[in-house]
Amino acid sequence: MRIIFYMLKKEFRQIFRNKAMIPIIFVAPLIQLIILSNAATFEIRNLKIYFNDFDKSTYAQRLKNAFVQTDYFILVGESTNRDIAERKLELNHADLVCEIPVNFGKDLQKYGHAKLFLKINAIDGTKAGVGINYSQNIIQKFTSDIAQEVILKTNPEIAVELPYAVNIDYSNWYNEKLDYQTYMVPGLLVLLVTLIAAFLSSMNIVREKEMGTIEQINVTPILKYQFIIGKLLPFWILGLVVFSVGLFFAWLIFNIPVAGSLWIIYAFTCIYLLAVLGLGLFISTITDTQQQAMFISWFFFVIFVLMSGLFTAIENMPVWAQKLTLLNPLRYFMEVIRMVLLKGSGFQDVRIHFLIIGGFSILINLFAVWRYRKIT
Amino acid sequence: MSQAVIIDHVSKNYGKIKALRNINLEIQQQEIFGLIGPDGAGKTSLFRILTTLLLPDEGRASILGQDVIRDYKKIRKIIGYMPGRFSLYQDLSVEENLSLFAAIFGTTIEENYDLVKEIYSQIEPFKKRKAGNLSGGMKQKLALSCALIHKPEILFLDEPTTGVDPVSRKEFWGMLRRLKDYGITILVSTPYMDEANLCDRIGLIQNGELLSVNTPEQLKSEYPNRLFAIHSEKKYQILQSLKGYENTHSIFSFGDEIHYVDKRKNAIPEVLENDFNGLDLPEFKLKEIQPTVEDCFLELMQQK
Repeated sequence: MRIIFYMLKKEFRQIFRNKAMIPIIFVAPLIQLIILSNAATFEIRNLKIYFNDFDKSTYAQRLKNAFVQTDYFILVGESTNRDIAERKLELNHADLVCEIPVNFGKDLQKYGHAKLFLKINAIDGTKAGVGINYSQNIIQKFTSDIAQEVILKTNPEIAVELPYAVNIDYSNWYNEKLDYQTYMVPGLLVLLVTLIAAFLSSMNIVREKEMGTIEQINVTPILKYQFIIGKLLPFWILGLVVFSVGLFFAWLIFNIPVAGSLWIIYAFTCIYLLAVLGLGLFISTITDTQQQAMFISWFFFVIFVLMSGLFTAIENMPVWAQKLTLLNPLRYFMEVIRMVLLKGSGFQDVRIHFLIIGGFSILINLFAVWRYRKIT
Repeated sequence: MSQAVIIDHVSKNYGKIKALRNINLEIQQQEIFGLIGPDGAGKTSLFRILTTLLLPDEGRASILGQDVIRDYKKIRKIIGYMPGRFSLYQDLSVEENLSLFAAIFGTTIEENYDLVKEIYSQIEPFKKRKAGNLSGGMKQKLALSCALIHKPEILFLDEPTTGVDPVSRKEFWGMLRRLKDYGITILVSTPYMDEANLCDRIGLIQNGELLSVNTPEQLKSEYPNRLFAIHSEKKYQILQSLKGYENTHSIFSFGDEIHYVDKRKNAIPEVLENDFNGLDLPEFKLKEIQPTVEDCFLELMQQK
């Protein structure tokens, strides 16, 4: 025990004596949290729309207003020249062009329906898809309004009885206002804690190899487990501290709800960090320099993050990729933190996650310790 | 006296490179044994095998009766090792380094202070300074203190004086001699031939092969040739001319003189001077000298 205590003391001294360490551990993650949570958004706003209005009726004007009045579209211009519209699309000055043909207003009045032409720049598929969606909603709303007016004018008596259209209304559970940050911030927190724990732990042990200090430690009677605990425990503690600070700021700045129990979150974080540190230890056993450790950590980190469900929902991935995410510890933490914080899930709901991450921790650590050698 | 270290037919390869070839060596207790050889001779590999950091490909080695593979845990308790490269924590202070290593060995600085006192007291005024900010000589003293803090029975010092100034080197050897009086066996490697004379016995190593094991005096007395030193203003010219001379057995530049050995075993200065004059050499002085360890080493290398 005394040896572990001394190793811990040594490790903390070294960490806090390194002038770059405090900013890396505490400031950088917070800045990332604040910047990323505002920037990494899937909400698509400010789609640039351009009109070719050949009709110029009051109906055409109303349609245009319907687009522009929303937050989703901004008008970049209009004309009766198709070539200009085409050019705008090509130059990326417009995301979509809406062509209102001659007699649009007249047809609407006469027949109750008319034709419109939408051209959408689909280089960014997501953006195009969302753009179509928004447009359809607006146009639908517009036509139903017009239709109602027309009926009212021509046949006021039936209008009252007409079950006009099926009206769909949403209620967003667990995130009522569909606040994007509420969804993203817990995920980013997981990402940052993983980053700190995986990188610092793997680089820390490799650093001893690179500096040659491991040579001096290896000839001492210190036992493998004492050295490893002395190496990993500091980062386990730091990981928890970073997580707490991050969670506090998430609550303070972004009003992240804490619907479930913090105990569950912390219990899971404790186990999860063991898995990440085990991975760091494993990386350090297969590398000789901090540079190599950095690259391998990145390799795992990028895969873990992209396949964690943070950016792309796991349900949207191809089946083989979905299966692959089952091996990704980040995925489980991502699910747990969202379930518990946003949805208020209890232990029963996440017990499978606990089991899996616990098993993962044990396996990776056993493997890493087995790989770790005091001799070469 | 029994053996402190027994090395029995030890070989080690790194891929195709043969780092150690069939090394056999016994080191007595309480002696200072010097392993002398140029860089890349295999000194560090041998040290790392003896300190249980490296596994030999062939052969066995034991430290005070403990096998380096089977009993590595026991060995790690009784040896002190100072690697060639400074391997203490540069970002910890002098005192922190020493107390860390004391703790790892289950002891304290106070408990074994008498053994390290002479060395540690010299750096104690700087005990709050970070190890990375020490001078080369002070780093070496700190490393030695850390290697000694648990009262080891055998001390392995891998090139302890490389990169240390001549005054500190001299001091260092003085300290080693006093440690020997505490009953500690010392195995030291060095590329400096002049330090060989300070050892009780030396082993000359080259290309992973042990060329000779002997006391420095015995080694020099067994030198098979008569050795001549040539002094001249135009050293380089003489060196070049004599390299092509038919009777030259060996010729080496040695500081500001040239060491020359003639093929004729009975050559005497007068004869040589006479011969050389016929070679149209620049002005020179020639005299017979006693061989140094380096001469012995060069001779052994040539025999190979």
